Amino acid sequence: MPRDYLDTLESEAIYILRETAAQFERPALLFSGGKDSITLVHLALKAFRPGRLPFPLVHIDTGHNFPEALAFRDRLAVALGEQLIVRYVEDTIQSKNLQDGTGKFASRNALQTHTLLDTVSEFAFDACIGGARRDEEKARAKERIFSVRDEFGQWNPKLQRPELWQLYNGRIHKGENVRVFPISNWTELDVWRYLEREQIALPSIYFAHERDVIEYESQLIAVSPFIRLDPSDQITRRRVRYRTVGDMTCTAAVASEAATIADIIGEIACTRISERGETRIDDRVSEAAMEDRKKNGYF
Amino acid sequence: MDLLRFITAGSVDDGKSTLIGRLLYDSKSIWEDQLEAIERQSKRRDNGVPDLALLTDGLRAEREQGITIDVAYRYFNTVRRKFIIADAPGHIQYTRNMVTGASNADLIVILIDARHGVAEQTRRHSIIASLLKLPHVIVAVNKMDLVGYAQDVFDGIVTAYSGLARELQLPPVTYLPISALQGDNIVKRSAHMSWYEGPSLLELLEEVSLAGISEALPARFPVQYVIRPQTETLHDYRGYAGQISSGTFSVGDHVTILPSGATTRIARIESGAQQLQTACAPQSVVLHVEGEFDISRGDLIVPSGALPTLQQELSSLICWMDVKPLLKGNRYLLQYNTFRTPVVIKALEYRLDVNSLDRETTPDRIELNEVVRARIKTAMPLAFDRYTGNHAHGAAILIDESSNATVGALMLETEAV
Repeated sequence: MPRDYLDTLESEAIYILRETAAQFERPALLFSGGKDSITLVHLALKAFRPGRLPFPLVHIDTGHNFPEALAFRDRLAVALGEQLIVRYVEDTIQSKNLQDGTGKFASRNALQTHTLLDTVSEFAFDACIGGARRDEEKARAKERIFSVRDEFGQWNPKLQRPELWQLYNGRIHKGENVRVFPISNWTELDVWRYLEREQIALPSIYFAHERDVIEYESQLIAVSPFIRLDPSDQITRRRVRYRTVGDMTCTAAVASEAATIADIIGEIACTRISERGETRIDDRVSEAAMEDRKKNGYF
Repeated sequence: MDLLRFITAGSVDDGKSTLIGRLLYDSKSIWEDQLEAIERQSKRRDNGVPDLALLTDGLRAEREQGITIDVAYRYFNTVRRKFIIADAPGHIQYTRNMVTGASNADLIVILIDARHGVAEQTRRHSIIASLLKLPHVIVAVNKMDLVGYAQDVFDGIVTAYSGLARELQLPPVTYLPISALQGDNIVKRSAHMSWYEGPSLLELLEEVSLAGISEALPARFPVQYVIRPQTETLHDYRGYAGQISSGTFSVGDHVTILPSGATTRIARIESGAQQLQTACAPQSVVLHVEGEFDISRGDLIVPSGALPTLQQELSSLICWMDVKPLLKGNRYLLQYNTFRTPVVIKALEYRLDVNSLDRETTPDRIELNEVVRARIKTAMPLAFDRYTGNHAHGAAILIDESSNATVGALMLETEAV
């Protein structure tokens, strides 16, 4: 019986989530309110219900998040009756006297790693489950499903463990932790098709809506208190949606009329630009931007 | 639409990266911004096509040194199938990386340079494919443009390889002539080789049958996680979660729990919130059994009429993946599905030369990237199947308990004692 490929991907992801729960003492699921982590939560429910999730949902709030995504995050945690832990980059900046980002699109991307590592040690998490996919970026294509990090969260691509068959080795030394990526083998389109098939609810910003934006290097950036408006910026009201949901300072919108997930899939099938290329300002810095961030403890 | 995982074997010089780049490019799986990025880097350009090999070089060290460090995974799909390519480098640490990439593959594409024919490394790739028992083998004779698209060159390579395939007892091999650089027979059939009447590589990949390989085998269910909500409404709920390794389970089946040997029947099968009558590999499900048993992670649920071998001494082929050598008497942790047990290496029976298949008996040490047949003893009895009969349920890894590294890939064998 040929099985639908989404069933195969789902089954693999559930297996990985159960391996994580079985092999680690204190795992956590990193949850941002974005579509990939929403997919992870849905898979976790399939893996562990009618029991409770064997890990809390953890969000590192940069303070620059979309309010719609935060509201969705809070509603979902309450609806599921699961524990949600939120830690704020703002608090890390205050307590450690760190320099906040500057410039037009002041990014807290690098600062986020500080808060993440502090949270990992505060709760002694030994595994952090994330929604990263190998199709997103070239450096991600080489990362394992169980990716061992040292106590600085650093990724060493030359010292990865071989990952054979479906045998995941989660043994670590004290102080180390593992980043687990259950949807490594999914593409952006696979995630959308799965969200559609499973009728999974998403924050409203994924669908077309009216928004004040400025156009910057041919990308549409939402007007928000977190970006610096210059006199030359032209504010226009456009019909847009978000293809990914990160910080308001580094995520661009795309012009869209999509009202349903089916419409979004149709639009993605026509576009010729990658998810990160179209919507992430932070990857444009250099050819190896992602690789460098991962080596420094980023997801 | 289903899913096919395959591995490409060949060195940089065989045009492997170009082939993968071509598959991604011609199936329109490359985004424009990614193309622009490689066009900026691309020093050489052939007839308007960017250097497709650059698409698969991921890390800075690789770009700087022009090498590939590790197995990378690439994704593309057509309307018929989703494909996952394991891209293993062609030179350093080849055995380790190729075994890793091949361990999850349904199919291997072996690239042969039309100018050089069956080379030593072709032999090595084929031997590894035969050790891992990959069910489908495609031999793609590349760079046909450099030999004038000549049929006799292709025919000569087919004849030479057929002998090797017989010697290695490979499954039936499919041959095709290609030029990855020019796009001949990759996605579309080539206009340059009218003498070849078969399908293009992509057509072949779309048509390979994946049906029934694992479902027809005896059913195996390694218990992965026990779900016990212990709430008032679900006081008696006790579900055994896991992924079916092989075969099919149905409600009412008589089953045996190993290693205890207790027998019972399947009471319920759940997937998400759904109740199923039947479930098969590779579904992740929750099984419930009749009666109360002490079942935990690492136990195995199997049909009572098709029991696996249960023993403490066994032989295994081991591909060694660590810089520290494997020595007789060494102790490791064996991970086999969801079961872990300490093991000791009792004997190194023979080293298998992956270039020649020659056997060197009783070697005193095994180094990185070597393959050995060893005798091991487990601390607890192991309920296992032979890898040759059941891939999903005959493979294991060794873990070094001091470094926690994964150091060996095992293909288990039984043997009359």
